[in-house]
Amino acid sequence: MSDNIPTMPVLVDGPPAAQTPLLHLDSPSRVRRETLKQIVRSKTFILGTIVTLFWVVCALVGQQVVPYDPIDESFGTFSYESPSWAHPFGLDRNGRDIFARIIVGSRSVIEVAPAATLLGVGLGSMLGLVMGYFGRWVDNVVGRLLDAVLAIPLIVLAILILTALSAGNEGISVSSWQLIVVIGIAFTPPVARTVRSAALAERDLDYVQAAKLRGERPPYIMFAEILPNVTGPIIVEGTVRLGYAVFTVATLAFLGYGPQPPSPDWGLQIAEQYSDISLAWWAVIFPALAIATLVVAINLIADAVQQILDE
Amino acid sequence: MARYTLNRIALGLISLLLLSMIVYAAAQVLPGNPGRLVLGREATPEAVEQFNDRLGFNRPLPVRYGDWLSDAVRGDFGANYTDGRAVTDDLVPALQRSALLVFYAFVLCVPLSILAGVIAAVRRGKPLDRTITVAGLSLAVIPDFVLGAILVALFGPAFLNWFPGIAGVLDGFPLLTKLDSLFLPALALALVLFGYIARITRAGTIEALAADYTRTATLKGLPRRRVLLTHVVRNGLLPTVAVVATQIGYLFGGVVAIEKLFGYPGVGLLTLTAAQLKNFPALLAAVLVIGILYFVATLLGDLLTAALNPRIRLGAER
Repeated sequence: MSDNIPTMPVLVDGPPAAQTPLLHLDSPSRVRRETLKQIVRSKTFILGTIVTLFWVVCALVGQQVVPYDPIDESFGTFSYESPSWAHPFGLDRNGRDIFARIIVGSRSVIEVAPAATLLGVGLGSMLGLVMGYFGRWVDNVVGRLLDAVLAIPLIVLAILILTALSAGNEGISVSSWQLIVVIGIAFTPPVARTVRSAALAERDLDYVQAAKLRGERPPYIMFAEILPNVTGPIIVEGTVRLGYAVFTVATLAFLGYGPQPPSPDWGLQIAEQYSDISLAWWAVIFPALAIATLVVAINLIADAVQQILDE
Repeated sequence: MARYTLNRIALGLISLLLLSMIVYAAAQVLPGNPGRLVLGREATPEAVEQFNDRLGFNRPLPVRYGDWLSDAVRGDFGANYTDGRAVTDDLVPALQRSALLVFYAFVLCVPLSILAGVIAAVRRGKPLDRTITVAGLSLAVIPDFVLGAILVALFGPAFLNWFPGIAGVLDGFPLLTKLDSLFLPALALALVLFGYIARITRAGTIEALAADYTRTATLKGLPRRRVLLTHVVRNGLLPTVAVVATQIGYLFGGVVAIEKLFGYPGVGLLTLTAAQLKNFPALLAAVLVIGILYFVATLLGDLLTAALNPRIRLGAER
């Protein structure tokens, strides 16, 4: 969070954007560029980005470039076939080409996870700023509520909300939109906690006091004064959450809360093919490795960002 | 210490009460007409009305919540919508099964991850430290069912055939059979936990390594091994104790996917089945019990930390 320091000369009148930095050498944009350079140079960041981008490209254009249709069953039912030149990842129980299903299956995860993360980080940051800024009873009341929600594991919470949402219908049908909203809501408490403690540390600093003395309104102080100074923790939390979003989407799909057959979704593939793992390990291991590579790649990015912003 | 304990218990109870309200409300928002939901489209309006009357759905929400809560406190979570059996008849054995799985995972995980955390701290900044840290963090974010599926593909019937790929109902079986069938799911959970515990141990150990008492011990001429074991590790493990306790509580609810993968009928699978059948009494009970376990475990973790660390204990009493 080295970009905290240059914003210190706050007693200058007017909004922070209009300030001329006192020390030209350490101007905020320069520090920011320096930090960015450091992040981009780290090996874990490069590796993580390459793998993540690979899956994003698959999600965007996979459907157009795969050699076979991912839901085409024309290779025959119960025709498990081990990996070969024609079908590098083999065929699954329904005779579908697994390679095509892996490439195209990236879409359902990548459609939901980033949007859910953005929603969760947005809502959580707002709530965290409010708690940190007002403190006292606001912090206490909201804090107890968040504690209550945090006591239920993410997956169980998501199942509970999704069940309530689909209570009127027969069976379970979950749309991408519902997943985004539910995961976003489930992410709000942990993000709020992180942002709250960061905002709490800022609250008593001079620049906040100065803004109060100037007679600024609380929303202005929270979003224009404090928010720019807690972006570090928010970015770190956001990248970590993105990894967990993929984790959550994949797990929910595996549990049946997500795309339905014949979708090539990775989690769904594992759920469908697992019972025959002793006959055809390839129908399970490739979707499993796909999920694993994507979450680990995002996690490597998060780790690199954290390492450098925390210094 | 007494005051600190009471304070923590009071806060925990308030959060639990809030949790029960949120959970109860979530189950009430949309079902519209529980009788219609349970009895299906063909049921006569009279039958639906009778069902709703019998289960008290026609009374106002706060009254129903109060009744449900006062029963729940006495351990009565009502009857399943699906088969009319008492919810606790299924919940208690499911909890016992999950407990076996969770403790198995901890037995596999804790010694190894503490060792790895201490090694990483001692080799701080070296390649070995980075390897342990990055591997641990990566394992922690891979979904448990994905790790489970990969483990079964390797050690299960497909290749090595060392362990079975399903766990099923193991109630009557001898412990050794259970441990054999549960090895792979427990290992998958242990790998997920490894990163958390190793990371916390590493951080605690690094702090202890930099502390004055460690410097004194070293300068006094004690052998390095002795300094590490009696000064560094004993102090460095304090935060680990709290994390292990918290994770025990969390795992009870975190095992849904792994229990589904291995077909092991623990509390996770019970939650999932109840949700899919829209069997709200069982779903409510399972979620509430998971929340209670989490609070108890977190409380134990905090109290243990306080008991082991005079600074926190005395600070709280001031």
